[in-house]
Amino acid sequence: MPAPVLELEGIGVRLGGRAVLDGVGFTVAPGEFTGLIGSNGAGKTTVLRIAMGLQAPDAGRVLVDGLPLGRRKRSLGYVPQKVVVDPDAPLRARDLVALGLDGERIGPRLPSRRNRQRVEEMLDAVDAGRFADARVGTLSGGEQQRVLIAHALISRPRLLLMDEPLANLDIRSGQETVDLLARIAREQGVAVLMSAHDMNPLLPVLDRIVYVAGGRVAVGTTDEVVRTEVLSRLYGHRVSVLRVDGRILVVSGQASLPAPDAPAAVTSVTVEAAVTTVTAGATAARL
Amino acid sequence: MGTVVDTVFGPGFFASDPVRSALVTGLVVALVSGALGVFTVLHGQSFAGHALSDLGTLGGSSAALAGVGPLWGFVGVGVVVAGVMELFGTGQRRSRDVATGLVLSAALGLSALFLYLDTTYDSTTGVTITVLFGSLFTVGSGTVPLLVLLGLAVLAVLTLLHRPLLLSSVHADLAAARGIPVRLLGLGFLVLLALATALSSMSVGTILSPALLVGPAATALRLTRRPVAAMALAGLIGTAATWIGIVLAYDSYRWPPGGHGWPVSFFVVTLVFTLYLLADLIARATTTRAQRRGTDRRPAATAPAPAGVS
Repeated sequence: MPAPVLELEGIGVRLGGRAVLDGVGFTVAPGEFTGLIGSNGAGKTTVLRIAMGLQAPDAGRVLVDGLPLGRRKRSLGYVPQKVVVDPDAPLRARDLVALGLDGERIGPRLPSRRNRQRVEEMLDAVDAGRFADARVGTLSGGEQQRVLIAHALISRPRLLLMDEPLANLDIRSGQETVDLLARIAREQGVAVLMSAHDMNPLLPVLDRIVYVAGGRVAVGTTDEVVRTEVLSRLYGHRVSVLRVDGRILVVSGQASLPAPDAPAAVTSVTVEAAVTTVTAGATAARL
Repeated sequence: MGTVVDTVFGPGFFASDPVRSALVTGLVVALVSGALGVFTVLHGQSFAGHALSDLGTLGGSSAALAGVGPLWGFVGVGVVVAGVMELFGTGQRRSRDVATGLVLSAALGLSALFLYLDTTYDSTTGVTITVLFGSLFTVGSGTVPLLVLLGLAVLAVLTLLHRPLLLSSVHADLAAARGIPVRLLGLGFLVLLALATALSSMSVGTILSPALLVGPAATALRLTRRPVAAMALAGLIGTAATWIGIVLAYDSYRWPPGGHGWPVSFFVVTLVFTLYLLADLIARATTTRAQRRGTDRRPAATAPAPAGVS
């Protein structure tokens, strides 16, 4: 087992006396694709921001490549959840990617053929060459996502953290983004930690899952974590894990389900309702 | 030949001290406003520019009351206000609320009192026009070196910080993720904006200064997609508008009603607006031609999937 690229130990965050995160710990191994799964408001963004050093936890510590975060920021690439750029802003896709190389430097940029070439290669790697000269603000959600991935990866980090990259994408662009990420992660040997409220688009590429609920996490492979008894313990009440057509649904399984002697039609309606609230299922479970 | 020059520029144009001061001031102000204006648009902070110029009126009028030059009033109030804005996060567009509007109105009300006192007790009748609408011809050769120094300082800091500022304009977390101290940078930007507003208030007054800050920048954005090119172009456009404005204002001494030149700020702002309209027309024409050739970017949904993506 190689040394983890990211290690969170006993992370605790309190907000107004309420524990948002409590004793959260997990590791990400080099080159591994990890999904940070949980409903909206479960604390996924907080976990990512703490891992990234953008927010200080009230308890616990973060190690990157075995060292405290402070000096290791260059090992991490970050793609925030929602990036809104004015369509008129004079910033081309290639400018944003180039800022991934030297955006923190001060003074005028000296022309460098090597850097220009790296920007070109990175744009090609995420299939963004087609719109490299378009303004970032005029790109579609999926195109913008690719440019941000290129921005994050061009400094050759060991771990890429992404906050809900699929949240604002249609199903097809979402699937393209996932496939692209899996390919790049493999090609460049980058580990990925990606948050999502719906795990299904990620299932084919996930190595491990960190499931967040009630301020705590369950960690392991999909089959180890996404099980009725594991998630029920995590949520603190009964939830059911259903597998339908290769998709996983987590639905609230409370005692108010129809009594055994209820008409069959009513039962089926109830189940259907649970299925149609697929992604909202986890939210329902928390209520 | 000599008569042509005289017809365009007016007799004695280049020999006049106020004209020389105006040309130098106009150049520095236009370069600073252009570069900073592009960042103001990028950061979505044109509202902060407006607020700073509104409160600048207070600075200018109280400086006149205290008997010091308006530049000091503009700069002093601007820097203090920038600090307060950063403290309360009111510089961002999302915080544009009733409370901010009320504070700005109160400041303008106070300015009205100060301007009244200025004209009543000091009999400095021109001060109201100078503070509100500016006049490049009354800058005074004593103020010019200070103004140039201030402008060069702003440009130097902007050159140093332009990459972190660009990155943080996309998303604060992207900048923070690369170790950039985002809050400090934000404060620095607001101070630069305050100084630029003070300079443009010297040029065209507090009421018109947002036009000089945002106008040339908006024009440049119609013509180029490159960040650094946009800043340089905005500076050039601002300079062109200011210099042509100065020439026309000097000429206007010979226009009706006679003996009184038209306000230079009128020419500058009108030219800024005209140049924007021209650039907009050019941009539209270019886009249409590109569309006819079929070289524009189609929306991603209808574009064929690129190779390597299943």
